[in-house]
Amino acid sequence: MTLPPALRNLAALTWLEIKIFVREPMGFIGNAVIPVLLFVVLGRAFGSQLGNMTSRLAMQMRVGLPVFAAIFIAINTVLSLVAIIAIYRESGILKRLRATPLSPITILVTHVLVKLLLTAITVTVMILVGRRFYPAGAEVPVLSFALALLLSTWSILSLGFIIASLVRTARFAPPLGSLVLYSMLPFCGLFSPIADFPEGMQLAVRVLPLTPAVSLLSGIWEGNPWSAHLGDVAALVAIFGVCTLIASRVFRWE
Amino acid sequence: MHREPVVRVSSIRKTYGRTVAVDDVSFEVPAGEIFGLIGPNGAGKTTTMECVEGLRRPDRGRIDVFGLDPIRDAQALQRRIGVQLQEAQLQKRIKVWEAVDLWASLYDVSVDTNRTLDQLGLGEKRNAWFMTLSGGQKQRLFIALALINDPELVFLDELTTGLDPQARRTIWGLVRDIPARGKTVFLTTHLMEEAERLCDRVAIIDHGLIIDQDTPANLVARHCPERTVVVSTTHDDAASRFGALPAVDTVIADDTRLTIRGRGEDLVTEAIHCLSEHGMRVSEFRTEQPTLEDVFLTLTGRSVRE
Repeated sequence: MTLPPALRNLAALTWLEIKIFVREPMGFIGNAVIPVLLFVVLGRAFGSQLGNMTSRLAMQMRVGLPVFAAIFIAINTVLSLVAIIAIYRESGILKRLRATPLSPITILVTHVLVKLLLTAITVTVMILVGRRFYPAGAEVPVLSFALALLLSTWSILSLGFIIASLVRTARFAPPLGSLVLYSMLPFCGLFSPIADFPEGMQLAVRVLPLTPAVSLLSGIWEGNPWSAHLGDVAALVAIFGVCTLIASRVFRWE
Repeated sequence: MHREPVVRVSSIRKTYGRTVAVDDVSFEVPAGEIFGLIGPNGAGKTTTMECVEGLRRPDRGRIDVFGLDPIRDAQALQRRIGVQLQEAQLQKRIKVWEAVDLWASLYDVSVDTNRTLDQLGLGEKRNAWFMTLSGGQKQRLFIALALINDPELVFLDELTTGLDPQARRTIWGLVRDIPARGKTVFLTTHLMEEAERLCDRVAIIDHGLIIDQDTPANLVARHCPERTVVVSTTHDDAASRFGALPAVDTVIADDTRLTIRGRGEDLVTEAIHCLSEHGMRVSEFRTEQPTLEDVFLTLTGRSVRE
């Protein structure tokens, strides 16, 4: 079977970018190893106790910890996209690739695919490693949880393209990305339920991209069916649509 | 010999905000030649070239490359041109063979990649990461990528900027070979020596305007017809003898060294004739030819390096 040229180019460029990414030891460690380590260390510290505890805090921790780790993976992935787009733009790589028959879409989708693959690998390793000592993980729908994380990451990556477009220099892109993404963390329902926020704030926090992601990931980890989270899925798709539209207007190739 | 132009640029203008980068620029690039757009940094060379490549859209004017519109027919044009961009990089950890293979896979037609790398002296660097290459090797790789689809027209933007003289000479040799393969070269440079050594025709651009275009020799003859002969001699009447020659305008004596200035092709012949006629013994004899640097200075009142 022969692929159409656009898909063939996408496959060739994606494979190349995967190889290049793996050759960068710091990038690979930062993106794949640290979230897993965080989960393992925290899981080891609290995991065995959580299995026997029934307090509200313990319940929250049982779900909160893996969701926190998952969100951490998603944020790391988006920051890695922001960094690479900023570096590729600053050093003229984007422009050089654009002066070939590669379509602009192919060049950008390649990075989304690489990042989603990285997320998939990281979450798989996290769950596999976590299972050994994290009791709550045993009956978790692993595949669904991984899918939920991929969907969330895919959605937030579109925000990454906007951030990468707004920052002029590669040096400031990751710090600004961190500021934007990490400042959402306290308000996305991860540490305290959204219902506990003052009423005026609730609507505001609901439109943050991390909020539907946290809600979806928590629900799936607890064993809820996808049908219970159609609103979250719709919100993630809507965020992708809006951010992609904005990114397509503000994106700069050089 | 009249050659059909492959590039026709008519009255293009491009502004960035309030800055006019290129204003009313027109020129043609004849097939099979090396054409140079030359001028100082910031003159509008790259903007003009990138409009022709289809990477930028001029605000107005017309560009025609092989009868194609660079913006509207971008896909069709990409297949027939090869591009080297100013100050472009590749991924730091991409291997030389990976870059070449990727580029080759993007085109319907591609040359023998191994042979191209060997021809450009990169055969031994096949497995090296891009970041480990020297400046000259990187530029040779960019030439390889620009030639990979066997293009009819090759764009080279400030190809040797930042290279040491030896690497520069190597690159010049490679560029000079390109027209022999039936291709046209369109290059930009702010190095007048590079333009003189490589280009069949040049257009001089300054502040976004083309101020003249022709072969380097014609430009020099037109704008800087002065010739200079420098002679060192102890002969008593040397200064007055040279001063009496029809082609000579001025003779400046500095101890035993005479700087003889005049115009026209006959100056050197007359000077040699004068030496032999009067039996002058000389310890030094050299001629100074004006260059494109001097042409630029004459046309703009300042050096191209300023």
